[in-house]
Amino acid sequence: MTFLKGAKRFLVVSAVAYILLKALFLSGLATEYVQQVVLYALVMIIASLGLNVIYGYTGQFSLGHAAFYGIGAYVSACLTHAFAVDSVYAFLPILLFGGLFSGLIGYLIGVPILKLRDDFLAIATLGFGMLVRVLLDNSDKVADVVGGSRGFIGIPRITNLELVFVVLVFLVVVTRNLIFSKYGLFWQCIKDDELASTAFGIDTGRMKSMAFTYGCFLAGVAGGLYAHLYTFLHPSNFDLLKSIDFLVIVIVGGMGSITGTIFAGLLWVGFIEGLRIALPSGILELRWVFIPIFLIILMMLRPYGLFAQKESRFLGIDKT
Amino acid sequence: MMRKSASIAAMIFLLGTGLAGAKETVKIGLISPLTGDVKTFGESSRNAFYIALEEYGKTGKYTISPFIVDDRNDPTEGANGALKLITQDKVLAFVGPLTSKVSIPVSEIATKYKVPMITEAATNPKVTVYEGKRKPYVFRACFTDPFQGYVAAAFALRDLKVKTAAVLYDVGNDYSRGLAEVFKSTFEKGNGSVVAYESYQKDDVDFSALATKIRLKKPELVFIPDYYNKAGLIVRQLREKAVNCALIGTDGWDSPELIKIAGNTIVGGYFTNHYSPERKDKIAERFIARYREKHGSVPDALAALTYDAAMILLVTLDKLKEPGSEQLTKALSQLKNFQGVTGVISFDKNGDAVKSAVILRMEKNGPRYVTTVRP
Amino acid sequence: MEVLGYLLQQLVNGLQLGAIYALIALGYTMVYGVLRLINFAHGDIFMFGSFVAYYLIAKWQMPLSLVFVITMAATALLGLVVEKVAYKPLRGAPRISLLITAVGVSLFLEYFLSLDSMFTPNYIAFPRPFDVVAYDLSLVAITNIQLIIFSVTAASLFLLYLLVYRSKYGRAMRAVAHNQETASLVGINVDAVISFTFAVGTALAGLGGILYGFAYPQINVFMGIMPGIKSFIAAVLGGIGLVHGAVLGGLVIGVSEVFVSAFLSSTLRDGVIFVILLLVLLFRPNGFFGKRREKV
Repeated sequence: MTFLKGAKRFLVVSAVAYILLKALFLSGLATEYVQQVVLYALVMIIASLGLNVIYGYTGQFSLGHAAFYGIGAYVSACLTHAFAVDSVYAFLPILLFGGLFSGLIGYLIGVPILKLRDDFLAIATLGFGMLVRVLLDNSDKVADVVGGSRGFIGIPRITNLELVFVVLVFLVVVTRNLIFSKYGLFWQCIKDDELASTAFGIDTGRMKSMAFTYGCFLAGVAGGLYAHLYTFLHPSNFDLLKSIDFLVIVIVGGMGSITGTIFAGLLWVGFIEGLRIALPSGILELRWVFIPIFLIILMMLRPYGLFAQKESRFLGIDKT
Repeated sequence: MMRKSASIAAMIFLLGTGLAGAKETVKIGLISPLTGDVKTFGESSRNAFYIALEEYGKTGKYTISPFIVDDRNDPTEGANGALKLITQDKVLAFVGPLTSKVSIPVSEIATKYKVPMITEAATNPKVTVYEGKRKPYVFRACFTDPFQGYVAAAFALRDLKVKTAAVLYDVGNDYSRGLAEVFKSTFEKGNGSVVAYESYQKDDVDFSALATKIRLKKPELVFIPDYYNKAGLIVRQLREKAVNCALIGTDGWDSPELIKIAGNTIVGGYFTNHYSPERKDKIAERFIARYREKHGSVPDALAALTYDAAMILLVTLDKLKEPGSEQLTKALSQLKNFQGVTGVISFDKNGDAVKSAVILRMEKNGPRYVTTVRP
Repeated sequence: MEVLGYLLQQLVNGLQLGAIYALIALGYTMVYGVLRLINFAHGDIFMFGSFVAYYLIAKWQMPLSLVFVITMAATALLGLVVEKVAYKPLRGAPRISLLITAVGVSLFLEYFLSLDSMFTPNYIAFPRPFDVVAYDLSLVAITNIQLIIFSVTAASLFLLYLLVYRSKYGRAMRAVAHNQETASLVGINVDAVISFTFAVGTALAGLGGILYGFAYPQINVFMGIMPGIKSFIAAVLGGIGLVHGAVLGGLVIGVSEVFVSAFLSSTLRDGVIFVILLLVLLFRPNGFFGKRREKV
């Protein structure tokens, strides 16, 4: 099982984590609301992992990640609606398809724009993200059930702890294998110095495209899980602010660190959602005042994030 | 001496605990847009909610513990808030949301968790019925858009005697869209012709292009079913582009902010509404007086509706043998002839209120009552 | 004939919007020129300008000429503060860090000002200290507001042109934009020039904010996001770093937006702008007038 080689420790740790979470859920200590938040955090981690591959490892700054997340969400929701899917097993191929579709769009968009220099890539991805948002807003002209800017309601609730966990663990293992393979090495070379990488004979165009496509695929899968968790979609969920959410998780966790993304994802969602429960609505708005300040300070002190380039031994994610 | 004060203290203590033990606490929620683009609606709603609680507290069977959530007039926020109210705060029932676009997703959640909700002002039919199926836990204290749109169109045809109309609506708002559609079909059935049917987006600010487009078509009337924020902006720009025909709006216009945004351009415009504060009725007058006393202004339709919605919940609650979401829902579905501030309310088989609408006209110092239209 | 009148009218509408975009785009382009930084927060400084003007007119009833001066000074000041506090410490840092910081500044301005103790998150009616007068010129109708926008924008452009191309300050700006290191070698105080550029750029954004308030009298703390992005696209369209590019870009974007709204649907107006952006980045990344920077 070359695929799982080296990931044994991680699988063990994941199994333990799953048992703990499941026990927590079943015990009734965690309300349904809290359970939903936990699942949401795990979904965010998957999507942020995608952005980490694109930006953290390969250095391509994308401000449109939420668009691919949204595409996956809408596509999978349309399919479950069209085929009246109810069970997890029937859902899996749809989830995969949603991810692949996002990945494909990522690939197509990437062909022209990945050639651009970083700040222009940022604007191009931002523009694409907004374009997708406009398309989603007008989507009901194509199919009324999608609701356009009125929102997509009635999506079956298929996502549960088991599904998210399995998908997450699987994707982390896949990502980890990619990172520690020659591809991961090439990606990091490109991030460090694209020109030198080309000089070394690395096909930077192809590598960049591969990273981008893979990252968008992850976003699409996460989107599909999200749609069937919240059972309600609205184009405003997939705007620039959401892309920035993912970016913050990647940056705070550390560019080029899977551990960092996991950690930051939990921290970030826990922080935002936890505050929603804890604080009265008046003070709630302050969180969005402190987050950018935190971001700016982070840029000044630790521009590469908290866990940059480091992986956790304990979790079994690092290279064995 | 000591013994006497001790026994008095003991008596007071017993009385206190006795009283405290007598009233059970019931949790009721309110989902309202306290911030965002329809903030004045949310505030009115909350004010009225508290007045209703106060009124109920005088004679009611239970102590009400209120839980308030701000939905920011955003469907996702509303959905999250409803989830919190139901699963975290464990409310028995809740009032709101206020707008259709938030109520539609929230009604799905209420149905899923079997918690009754009464929306005070969401007028879109999809709130209580979706794809032909009634959502049993959802009720509304106001009329629906098919009725409101019909009233507007009928008024335009009969009273204003116009033959051509233009319709402008917000594509992202079920409320606006629903009304636009009903107006159009009613108007056309009455042999009118809709010469322009244009949509815009929530965040659009520049209406010069649309205004010029409408001017080209020369309609005798423009129908603008949107909230006061947008309506004010649009009307202003319409007048700037010399579109000087009659205007009709809907209950979303009912806010003191409207005249602030539109200035004099809105004077002469009509709109459909749930009630007029000029209404001569004991219950209405008492509510209006109390609201005036507490907040220094006349309550708008949203306040009146919220008061009615909350009172419906509370009064029905008292009729139950014991508080429970299921029993409350069953009792609500049988509500008949409830005397409210906004009129006599009965729920039909869809949980919608059967009520009349009024037409108001914007004057320099506020809206004035014109006429009532019965269903 | 009526069709021509209609077209002209929509053109005028588009130019009105475009003029405001041009003013904002100028700020973007100038800052990019000297710092190679896309000042994400520029749209929010524009918003700040609108709010300052609102307070001056509504709460303190200031005469219009003072409103213009004070507002522009206020936005210039804000621009300077942002530059000194957020961007200067990161001068040598990777471009992406700067960009993220700019995003952070943008979010901060929006959410901080949206607090109830500050500008509040509500939609506020922008007061117009004069009445709208429409001048009917048979084919088209022009309002006094449009005339004000056109004349003020034209005047500002003229003054800006004089500044950038006919003054020694402008020469210093162009030198720093061309090559920072060499400029400092020739004795130019690079820091001062950067600050000065920021101040001028943001002052123009403030001006745009006032005019926007007149034209579309409803302001809100998040109003700067879309105009900011569109103005940036305008700057890219015309050739980023070039003053005349920003102007042309702004007008083109404004007119396109209005035309899409008029002839297709208002719901597509934002989408088309982004399509334009993607096309420009693909086929003419240096913009209409540009040739200067490599984008690859």
